[in-house]
Amino acid sequence: MKFRTALLGAAAAFALAPAAHAERGADGEVKVFYYQAVSTLNAYLSSGTKDVEAGSLVLEPLAGFDQDGQMFPRLAAEIPTVENGGVSADLTSITWKLKEGLVWSDGTPVTSADVKFTWEYCTHPEGGCAQGAKYEGIASIDTPDDLTVVVKFEAPKPYPYQPFTGGTAPILQKAQFEACLGAAAASCTEQNSKPIGTGPFIVTDFKVNDVVTLEANPNYRDPAKPAFGKVTLKGGGDALAAASAVMETGEFDYAWNTQINPEQQAQMEAGGKGTFVNAFGTLVERIEINMTNPDPALPEGERSTVKHPHPILTDANVRKALSMAIDRQTLVDVGYGGAGRPTCNLVPSPAFQASDNTECLTQDMEGAKALLEGAGWTDSDGDGIRDKDGKKLSLVYQTTVNPVRQDFQALVKGWWNELGVEVELKAIDPSVFFGGDAASPDTFQKFYADVEMYANNFDGTDAEPYMSQYLCDKIPGPDNQWQGENINRFCDPAYDALLKELSTTAGIEARGAMVMKLNDMLTKDTNVIIPLVDRGRFSAKSNTLDGFVMNSWDTELWNAQDWTRVK
Amino acid sequence: MLSFTIRRLLAAIPTLLLISLVIFLLVDLAPGSPLSDIPLTVPPEVRQKMLAAMGADQPVMVRYVLWLKQFFWIEPLYGIDALFGTDFAQGAQRIISWQSKVPVFQIIGERLPQTLTVVGTAYLIGVLIALPIGIYSAYRQYSWFDQAGTFFAMAGFSVPTFFTGNILILIFAVNLGWFPTIYDTNLTVTDWASMKAMLLQMALPVTVLALFNAAEISRYTRSSVLENLGQDYVRTARAKGMGEGKVLLKHVLRNSLIPVVTVIALGLPTVFGGAIVTEQIFKINGIGAALIGAINVSDLPTVQTITFIFAVLIVMFNLIADILYGILDPRIRYD
Amino acid sequence: MTESVPPSAPPSAPETVSAAVARAERVRGPWADVWAQFRKHKGAMLALITLGVLALVCLAGPLVWRIDPNFIESDTVKMFKMRNQGPSLAHPLGTDQLGRDMLARMMFGGRISLAVGTVAMLVAIFIGTTVGVIAGYFRRLDGLLMRLTDLFLALPLLPLLLVMMFLFRDSIASTLGPRLGTFLLIVLAIGLTSWMQAARVVRGEVLALKEREFVLAARSIGTPSRRIITRHILPNVLSPVLVAATLGIAAAIITESVLSFLGLGFPPDFPTWGRLLYDGIAEIRTYPERVMWPGIAISLTVLSVNYIGDGLRDALDPRIRGR
Repeated sequence: MKFRTALLGAAAAFALAPAAHAERGADGEVKVFYYQAVSTLNAYLSSGTKDVEAGSLVLEPLAGFDQDGQMFPRLAAEIPTVENGGVSADLTSITWKLKEGLVWSDGTPVTSADVKFTWEYCTHPEGGCAQGAKYEGIASIDTPDDLTVVVKFEAPKPYPYQPFTGGTAPILQKAQFEACLGAAAASCTEQNSKPIGTGPFIVTDFKVNDVVTLEANPNYRDPAKPAFGKVTLKGGGDALAAASAVMETGEFDYAWNTQINPEQQAQMEAGGKGTFVNAFGTLVERIEINMTNPDPALPEGERSTVKHPHPILTDANVRKALSMAIDRQTLVDVGYGGAGRPTCNLVPSPAFQASDNTECLTQDMEGAKALLEGAGWTDSDGDGIRDKDGKKLSLVYQTTVNPVRQDFQALVKGWWNELGVEVELKAIDPSVFFGGDAASPDTFQKFYADVEMYANNFDGTDAEPYMSQYLCDKIPGPDNQWQGENINRFCDPAYDALLKELSTTAGIEARGAMVMKLNDMLTKDTNVIIPLVDRGRFSAKSNTLDGFVMNSWDTELWNAQDWTRVK
Repeated sequence: MLSFTIRRLLAAIPTLLLISLVIFLLVDLAPGSPLSDIPLTVPPEVRQKMLAAMGADQPVMVRYVLWLKQFFWIEPLYGIDALFGTDFAQGAQRIISWQSKVPVFQIIGERLPQTLTVVGTAYLIGVLIALPIGIYSAYRQYSWFDQAGTFFAMAGFSVPTFFTGNILILIFAVNLGWFPTIYDTNLTVTDWASMKAMLLQMALPVTVLALFNAAEISRYTRSSVLENLGQDYVRTARAKGMGEGKVLLKHVLRNSLIPVVTVIALGLPTVFGGAIVTEQIFKINGIGAALIGAINVSDLPTVQTITFIFAVLIVMFNLIADILYGILDPRIRYD
Repeated sequence: MTESVPPSAPPSAPETVSAAVARAERVRGPWADVWAQFRKHKGAMLALITLGVLALVCLAGPLVWRIDPNFIESDTVKMFKMRNQGPSLAHPLGTDQLGRDMLARMMFGGRISLAVGTVAMLVAIFIGTTVGVIAGYFRRLDGLLMRLTDLFLALPLLPLLLVMMFLFRDSIASTLGPRLGTFLLIVLAIGLTSWMQAARVVRGEVLALKEREFVLAARSIGTPSRRIITRHILPNVLSPVLVAATLGIAAAIITESVLSFLGLGFPPDFPTWGRLLYDGIAEIRTYPERVMWPGIAISLTVLSVNYIGDGLRDALDPRIRGR
């Protein structure tokens, strides 16, 4: 609702004073706060979302995503499709046409050679490119003329838009980065912190992990934009300080990712200096069930591997009961407020691929108890914990150190205790949990616990790579240094078959229907994944900043060229 | 004294080498990965390539030797080049942060000014407050001044800075709006207006830190002066009719300062290291904040370089404290 | 839980003194003078009472106030009514964001914080004094030990603690149980990383003491080093050690709070004052009292300990007594 009000407000302001913003740089300075400070502006070497977003003020991809997840051309003249002949009928190539007359901020023309170079830069074997997955499966790139780029794939690609779209895959200037290929990428400090781009702003000063100062790009393609002549992108601190700097003290115009607790959201909003803006994407906080046995008594190398199925969680009734006992709305009210909403889906949006699975939204404690009772899990020895065949319903529940997650742990533990399940809680430092170090026992991949909670999402709107994480051959284990993505050790031939079909199907509707089916197989059919909260992007915006539109499909700064100051 | 200094300096070299190795191994052993901040959407194969590009997949000893070479040879060459416009380094690989891909010394250069201004000022003010309070408190033991001074010092030390800091921010910056909550590192003092802005943004962190530092130092000062006031030489001095001021300032002070000097000298490296917690609360992007940030993302080259520089400073200030000991207290002989 | 926590030392400090007093009244030994002198220090006496009350509430309080600090109402409608309450008769300190009773949490947290603070301080002081005395007294070991001190001072505390927790957590937890294991580990980790200041100061004292007449005299009549140290050096370094100890207990409680906040402390459903304070800061704008309770508890405790140390120092030092 707030989001819509903000939009209407923006539209109204625009209608009233259209002439006031018609000059580049007329609105002075805009101050932006990223509490995780910016490390580099080169998305290909980035260490997180914050860098990608900051870089998007300067560097642009061929096409971006708008607030509804619809693709729109940035450097490209139009979006290639099978209908307009841009995508070949056999789905093995896509032809992008650049806009005419585009120039870099240094005044030189943007050509197809820059696009091809970007692909070479990111796929260089020694470059360590963070966005390598965006360029997978490309056989070659042809540049028949200065404005045409033909991307040829090794195999038919039903979704050919991965390369060069979205803030994670911007185009670099060949002339600037030519000397930075491969191992040299990291030592190109000047280039990485002051890239030459096509975006609305250019970097004037870059202090690592601290502050980036930018000014309007004199060669930006729309002569009337951006309205702001200067951007200060400050970093450091925490979400609370970030929110406060916009909503309470008014020191900043916009603060990224201001996840704070619901009471404080309400209090800060009452101050009247700013509003929180949210938009929902694909980030889902979930409890993952371990289908294998994490018992510490098992020899190292066999713990949590497919050799030993989980003694209690392989019972589908137990998994279902665990899900039924959770009150998701309470979790949202306690932890996220406007930044979350309850969900039963792994893929909650966009609409064309979101399953209408809402059964889990109402807590059903009695139903869950009856389900366990019926499945033979009873409290036979009177200690309050259900058991069956000498196996107790006792779980280790791990997550990262994070105040909201610890509250969730405490609440869920309460519900599960009521259900007759014993729960031991464990919280792990996030740098260890997500660190992927094969020697550490505490990574989420190793999963030395019965259930674990974290959030994950996918890039852009295409869910195929995301769903393919749950294939049988992606199960982590000692043989692949625990690097698989199938965290639950879920394995179902029917799932694998359906995913294979998805990888050869074109057409948004058909693909969406398949994603829904895959989603249901993981959630409501088997409860191998217990989705909890659909976490939106949640940022703070000053009331004096106009034209800001929240976007959960691309970077939040995607339309910085349209921002203006309320007069 | 000179030969003692030289001997200690020589002895410091193996110590520092050992320290650098221990730090390297420790940081390396510590759990965590430089890739933990990368979104989960990045697949494992890409992660492996990123690690390889950082050189993080090399054996520890290889990385250590490379770091030694970079720290003691290549970085000084770049330093000389920067000073004299020469080109000795010839583009050799510098120590580069894994997280930001920027030379670590560039980061330190960017961070040093704000750390020195805020933490340095706070330390100086802290010492300037602490010495008179400590001395006078001891001289007038159990007087109301002593009681008040003691309470002030105790309170300064007892209340955690992240408690006082947050409360000061809530009252003075958020509710009253007198001070900014975010420290502006781009601000340079050019005129009265910017001077005022600078003082305003420094006010809260300097207050918190200065109180904390003053508390500790004034305790040591008081305790040390008290000790000396009971010594025979003080009685002798008084007995021969020397004025109280002279007794206190000339005899007692000189002797009491010995342990105080140690405490002050030992605390000085923290000026460079920044008060990590305070920098965090007041959003000052100084060296302490850089170190914490690097530890959080397991940015090994940055952590290693910054902590090693701390180590060098600590060893240096220990040496300075020892030399001052010798100057101030002739009873201690270094032979 | 009570039995797995080692007896905390704050109550034992007054016990030692009062026991000593009882003895002193019979023989009128040096401890009587100490006690008499200590009683003159109003601040220290007040602090002793404050700390005694605090410790008593934390230790004996849960016997009277029988609410489980981790109890969450599992009926969500009731739970929501119980959240974020202000002080009332049912909950004198209010409830937290999950409706848990703050008084029960404060008492529970106090036990842990007090125990961690004292034991960690004792570990640090023991190591620090030993190293300081040996380094100051035996010149041959001085260089080596002081380099060791430098080494520890120069080590980055945070990664060191991380490594210790990482390497030993599982093995200790499996032999001693997760809570006692974590307790010992935290205490040792804090102790092992905070003894250096004490060592430096003690060494400085010893260096000066060694050249003093009474030590030279003792040595000239052939007193063995061990005896010189125990009879002449140690009693004379007691006052700097006490100052260091009082300052150290403050640091230990604060370090524990920082550890709790990094997730390296006790399990999340195991509140300590430091953790409560840290959790409260996230809510400081809406419920400032949630910061105030643990903040005041920590400050009062540390303040009291500091005052007691101060009083003891004055009372123990014969040279400044009666001035």
